[in-house]
Amino acid sequence: MTADRTVRVVVAKPGLDGHDRGAKIVARALRDAGFEVIYTGLHQTPEQIVATAIQEDADAIGLSVLSGAHNYLFKRVLELLREKGAEDIVVFGGGIIPPADIAALKATGVKEIFSPGTSTQEIVRFVGEHIRAAV
Amino acid sequence: MSEYQRWRREAYEPFARRTPERPVPFESLSGLPVEPLYTPEDLPGWSYGEKLGYPGEYPFTRGVYPTMYRGRLWTMRMFAGFGRPEDTNARFKYLLAQGQTGLSTAFDMPALMGYDADHPRARGEVGREGVSISTLDDFERLFADIPLGDVTTSMTINCTASVALAMYLALAEKQGVAWDRVGGTMQNDMLKEFIAQKEWICPPEPAVRIVTDMIEFTSKHVPRFNPVSISGYHIREAGSTAIQELAFTLADGLAYVEAALARGLDIDSFAPRLSFFFDVHNDFFEEIAKLRAGRRMWARFMKERYGATKPESMRLRTHTQTAGVSATAQQPLNNVARVALQALAAVLGGAQSLHTNSYDETWALPTEEAVTVALRTQQIVAEETGVALTIDPLGGAYFLERLTDQMEAAALEYIRTIDAMGGMIRAIDTGYPQKEIADAAYRYQRMEDRGEKVVVGVNKYVMKEERPISYLRIDEAVELEQVERVRRFKASRPMATVEKRLKQLADACRENRNVMPVLIEAVKDYVSLGEISDVYRQVFGLYREPIIF
Repeated sequence: MTADRTVRVVVAKPGLDGHDRGAKIVARALRDAGFEVIYTGLHQTPEQIVATAIQEDADAIGLSVLSGAHNYLFKRVLELLREKGAEDIVVFGGGIIPPADIAALKATGVKEIFSPGTSTQEIVRFVGEHIRAAV
Repeated sequence: MSEYQRWRREAYEPFARRTPERPVPFESLSGLPVEPLYTPEDLPGWSYGEKLGYPGEYPFTRGVYPTMYRGRLWTMRMFAGFGRPEDTNARFKYLLAQGQTGLSTAFDMPALMGYDADHPRARGEVGREGVSISTLDDFERLFADIPLGDVTTSMTINCTASVALAMYLALAEKQGVAWDRVGGTMQNDMLKEFIAQKEWICPPEPAVRIVTDMIEFTSKHVPRFNPVSISGYHIREAGSTAIQELAFTLADGLAYVEAALARGLDIDSFAPRLSFFFDVHNDFFEEIAKLRAGRRMWARFMKERYGATKPESMRLRTHTQTAGVSATAQQPLNNVARVALQALAAVLGGAQSLHTNSYDETWALPTEEAVTVALRTQQIVAEETGVALTIDPLGGAYFLERLTDQMEAAALEYIRTIDAMGGMIRAIDTGYPQKEIADAAYRYQRMEDRGEKVVVGVNKYVMKEERPISYLRIDEAVELEQVERVRRFKASRPMATVEKRLKQLADACRENRNVMPVLIEAVKDYVSLGEISDVYRQVFGLYREPIIF
C-alpha cells in the first residue's frame, strides 16, 4: 500500500431509518471530489458497518441517522471499532441530532456531526483536512 | 406581432436595459422557465369547460367537492407519535382539545419495519421517531378514551399496515363501534416505499398483493376507510422535483388500480376510497398548480383509461403536508414563516387535509409549544385570511393555468415512460424512479451549495451566533420500560394459540387468500406485529434494494 493512496470512506445508514437523501448526496459529493466511496445501502447493523469498513480498509465511516437513534448507533459503532482494534477509522456523521447530543457524541469520539443545511463543500473540506489514508 | 410581443419589445426590454432584471434564474423549483408576464396569449385554444369545469364536477380541477371550504374546512391533522403508547395518547388528547379535527399516528421505526420493541434490531429506536407498537395491548393504550366512531385516524405505516388495520378494527370491535362507522386512512403505499421512503419487508409483488388484500377487504367491510394513501410526500422529501412527485405518485396509483382490477374488483367499488398525500414545498404557484393538475389527470385516467362511471371514483382527494425538507436548522423560527406560506399554497391548491410542520423538527421531534404554533398557523389561514371564502380563488389566472398545463404535460411524459417500461413495479426493478430522484436531489443540493437557490439563513442572511431553541427530549428510560413491558406481555400469552394463528396466516399467504380476516383474529389473540412480519419474511422473502447514488 502506498502513502498517497486515495482516502476511502464508507457512507452508511445504520438502524432501521430509510431517509437516504442526505447519505446519497454526501456519498456522491465525496466521490465527485475524488475520494473513494463505499455506500452500504440501508438498514445496516453497527456490526455490518464495522465489518464493511474493516474489509474495505476504510479510513473513515460517515453515518447518517435521522431516526433519533443516534445515541445508541454512533456509540455502538465506536465500541465495535475499539473491540476490533480499528479505532484509527474516523467516525463522523449527520442527521436530525439535537445540540446536546452532538456535544455528547463528540465527547465519546465522533469526530464531527453535520446538521441539516451543511453544504457538501463543507463535508468535502472536512474529509480532506481530517482524514488521511492509512499506510 | 402579438400584443404581448409588442409590449415586450416596446416597454419591457427598453426599461430592463436601464434597470436590468435581477441576476437570478427565472425558473420554477422544477426548472420550468418563468416569463415576465402571462396573458391570454399563453392559453391558446384553452377551454374553460375542458380544463377546469366546476367544483365537484369532472375534471375536478377547481376542487373535488361542490362547496369546498364553504361547507367544511380542510381537516387539520397533525402527525403525532413518540415514546410509549400512553405518551402519544396524551398528545392526541391535547391536540383534540386544541381544536384539531382528526388524528394522525406516527409509528416508530421498529413498528414500521416489522420488529417488536424487544427485538435486537429495535435497540435505540423504540419510541424515538414515533410511537412503539408491538401488540393490540399497545393499541388499546394508544387509543384509550378515544371513541373510534367519532374521530378519523390516519396511520403512517406501510409494510406493516395490514397489522395496524387489523388492530384498529379489532379495537373498534372491542369499543362496540361497527366497522361501517370506522373512518380513517392507512398510508399503505408500498410502491413509494421502494421509490423513496425505504421501509420494507418483502419485494414489490407480494407487497402490492397485501395492499390489494386491504383494498378488497375495506371496500367490502369498512366502507368509510381509505385503505391506501398514494403518497408523493416521501418522493418529494427524498429529493424529487414537483413534476416527478406528481408523475411517480399518479403512476403508483395506476399500479394499485391495475392490481385491484386484476383481482376482479370493479373500478367503481374501490376507486372512491383511494386517497392521496402530497408535499407542499416552497415554490408557491408550482405547488398550487401541481395539486390542480393532479386532480385533472387522475379524473381523466379514471374515466378514460379505466371507464369509471361514479364521480367519486374520479376525485383525487388529498392530504398535504408542508415540506419537512425545506425547514432549516439555522434560525429555526424562520420555519414558521415557511410553513405558513406552504400551508396557504395547500389551501389555495384545494387540499382535503393538512399537516403543518413545527419549526423545531430539524433538531428533534416537536415540542408541544412548536406543534401548537403549527396548528395555529392553519387556524389563522382558515379563519383570518379570507382565503377559504371562495372556491379556487386563483382559478383563471393566466400564469397559474399555464403552469397547471405545463405540470400536467411534463408529468404525463414521465408516466408514458413508466407505462412503456411495463408499469411502476417494473420501473422500480430497474431503479428508474430511484435514480431520477437521486439525480434531482443532488442537482438541487449543488444549486444550494453554489447559492443559485437561496435558502434564507443557510446560504444568505447567515447569522454567526444563533440563540439555541428548546427541544423535546425522550428519556432513554422510556425505551427500556416499553421493551420490558412488551417482553413480559408476550411471555404471558398462551403460545399454542399464537402458533396456531401464525400457521393460519402463513397458509393464507401461500394459498393467495385475503390475509385480513386471519390477521384480525390473530391480533385479537395478541399475536404481535413482529411475529406477523416474520411470517411475511418467511413466505415472501426479503427485499434487497439496488444500490443507487
